[in-house]
Amino acid sequence: MIPEIGQFALIIALCLAIVQGIFPILGAQLNIRPWMAMARPVAQGQFIFIAISFACLMYSFVTDDFSVLYAASHSNSLLPVQYKVAGVWGGHEGSLLLWAMMLGFWTFLVSIFSKNLPDEMVARVIGVLGLIAVGFLLFLLLTSNPFERLLPAAPDGRDLNPLLQDFGLIIHPPMLYMGYVGFSVAFAFAIAALMSGRLDAAWARWSRPWTIVAWSFLAGGIGLGSWWAYYELGWGGWWFWDPVENASLMPWLVGTALIHSLAVTEKRGAFKRWTVLLAIIAFSLSLLGTFLVRSGVITSVHAFATDPERGTFILAFLVVVVVGSLLLYAWRAPKIGQGGKFELMSKETMLLVNNVLLTVIAAAVLLGTIYPIIIEGLASVGVIEATNKVSVGAPYFNAIFVPLLVPLVFLVGLGPLARWKKAEMPDMLRQLRWAFIASAIVAVVVPLLMGGWSWLAALGMVLATWIVTTAAYSIRLRFKATNAALPWGHRLNAIPRSFYGMHLAHIGVAVGIIGGTLVSNYMSDKDVRMDIGDTVEVGGYTFRFDGVIETKGPNYTANRGMIRVLQDGHEVMTLEPEKRVYTVQTMPMTEAAIDTGVWRDLYVSLGEPVSGGAWSVRVYHKPFVSWLWAGVILMALGGITAMSDKRYRLMARKEGKAKNEAGMAVPKIAAEKA
Amino acid sequence: MKLKFLLPLLIFVAIAGVLWKGLSLDPSAVPSPLVGKPAPQFELSQLHQADQTINRDSNLGKVWLLNVWASWCVSCRQEHPLFMQLARMGEVPIYGLNYKDERQDAIKWLADFGNPYVISAHDYSGRVGVDYGVYGVPETYVIDKLGVIRHKHTGPVSAQALQDTILPLVRELKKG
Repeated sequence: MIPEIGQFALIIALCLAIVQGIFPILGAQLNIRPWMAMARPVAQGQFIFIAISFACLMYSFVTDDFSVLYAASHSNSLLPVQYKVAGVWGGHEGSLLLWAMMLGFWTFLVSIFSKNLPDEMVARVIGVLGLIAVGFLLFLLLTSNPFERLLPAAPDGRDLNPLLQDFGLIIHPPMLYMGYVGFSVAFAFAIAALMSGRLDAAWARWSRPWTIVAWSFLAGGIGLGSWWAYYELGWGGWWFWDPVENASLMPWLVGTALIHSLAVTEKRGAFKRWTVLLAIIAFSLSLLGTFLVRSGVITSVHAFATDPERGTFILAFLVVVVVGSLLLYAWRAPKIGQGGKFELMSKETMLLVNNVLLTVIAAAVLLGTIYPIIIEGLASVGVIEATNKVSVGAPYFNAIFVPLLVPLVFLVGLGPLARWKKAEMPDMLRQLRWAFIASAIVAVVVPLLMGGWSWLAALGMVLATWIVTTAAYSIRLRFKATNAALPWGHRLNAIPRSFYGMHLAHIGVAVGIIGGTLVSNYMSDKDVRMDIGDTVEVGGYTFRFDGVIETKGPNYTANRGMIRVLQDGHEVMTLEPEKRVYTVQTMPMTEAAIDTGVWRDLYVSLGEPVSGGAWSVRVYHKPFVSWLWAGVILMALGGITAMSDKRYRLMARKEGKAKNEAGMAVPKIAAEKA
Repeated sequence: MKLKFLLPLLIFVAIAGVLWKGLSLDPSAVPSPLVGKPAPQFELSQLHQADQTINRDSNLGKVWLLNVWASWCVSCRQEHPLFMQLARMGEVPIYGLNYKDERQDAIKWLADFGNPYVISAHDYSGRVGVDYGVYGVPETYVIDKLGVIRHKHTGPVSAQALQDTILPLVRELKKG
């Protein structure tokens, strides 16, 4: 009964989404007020019904209803309850339902926090979001119904993939999807603005906080995925340039460009076409990511359901969305004005270069990701000789990423200090001479302290120090400009939060670079066969293997290694890596034991039993690896801080007042504000 | 409408075309230039009896499967029960090519999980694997009475692939 209610709720949500996608948009075009007014209640209803549907699926999982095919293939009665809950999005159907629910949730938020926006704008934005929801709900109901019954019911479920039975999986997909789907709001704002033909600073200001939140979530989601791979896959890597990882990285890169471009559009009224285009591309790449992951055109470690019918549907949907919006763009863009003028040396130019660099990186990642399909496609039509399967690996991506990162990071330091319209370059460089000197010193000292010269490590340290010192200088300048008569706290408070947020995110980039370069250059590891009592030295620690004991978890049995870690002859800790065999899927799993520290991680994983109680053991010493994720957290926090700037609330209130005073007219805000 | 505003659309259409083509291609189908050609010659020591060797020609006159496996290969465990079953059925002899593996690890693995192979060749250096164009472990080759490779399966063999492709081919080759 409950699964049927879930399916029925999904059908109702689809009907509401259709209404939401048609009437408000038509109402805005034809100026029919009641139709526009439908936007908010219908969108809220749509969200409620998807949430009901989601709750029904979760109910089937938690109560072990294995007459539901999806639950039977992704759960088991012995599965701990938190993984039953997470199992709801552990497979294709459920993760799509989560996608749809997130979309509903974002739309719901837009319907609540849009009180001060012009009615036509709200109607169009919610309408566009409704059209996207129609696509996804149709996809769910037609090709991926999570409520399909299995009759007679299975006696027990096939269990959730052991790799996914982990805290990381519980939060990684929701976080990632919040980001992916969040870009749909920026997209909807851009399309709404194109429809109305009014692309102005106000539009940029409205969509800016939404974009920043989505971007922060996406950063968090990517970081969590990387962290999960690090501790769960058992060999300590943190980024693999896997197609699915790339699928989440591309929208994030373009999203980064978008939030910078929006800043220019808001403050200076410039780059409007470019901003609109970035908003379209960021969301298109989110959809493309869904396509790559869900269609199985690319083999990947994520190995999700592969089904050509599903692939065809998503591709068709992608084509409709992207062709539709790019046609609208091609039609409207020529009429969009150019905005404020600026000199070659100015903040505008720097942000433009930043945008170009980020877009080029995203394009290169896209090319590398779909290159195997391009080659096979060309080979299959006989343009080129068929060769063995190609795949593009880390060397390509690193070769692209590192050289483009250098000018990008240089601009991260300069950009915040440069003036709009016209910047005095020689003056700026003179002011920043201390930042140069500090960067050079750190670049020489740190690699030597770490125990060996490496050009890449030195480069990483230059970049990181450059960001931190210029940020400090920039904050100091801003502080000096506040009223000196006030106490410290008030002066710090007078600086807007968006300014702090920006620097926080930039420092996050620096911290991430430190982690990435130091761990790549100074990691040490040993892969050894250890008998009981054997020791091995890695990174200044002695690891002693004290044998293996057998343990039993709720749905697995495990061999747990006992490894004592000694430093200067004293025992400092015991690491207990496990080799688990999950009983239902008889899949062996490696659970690494990790001691996380600020300056280094110790990482031990069990290999295979060799003979007579001896095991092969992998031991890693990973300096600064946790800085990688700290960097990501700082970026996300920076985003949240910037978005909470009171400016957005104040402006919204002011515009709301203006709107009320001027009847229903759209408020006109001067583009040349700052 | 100026052309430059249509440029993003054109780029997207090109990408969409590639993706559409990609949908009709099977990502796990690896074209093997060796299908239809004689299996490369090899001479390797046997896994269990290191002093004895095995070569391609020892199997001339019968249809056989060559399964590339290793103790470090997780997917091999997935297909392993199927090979055990196939070995019990006795329809076609399975020979193993133990690929880049320590001898005692491999022997231990077979002792733990069962040994479906008539003989396993020990390709410690991976040299023979290179000749056969091994793309990843596991891989399975169907080789006919004349020593010609008739089919190559990349990745773990599923029950479906065995029933629908490999066994029908074996039966046909046996007749011929």
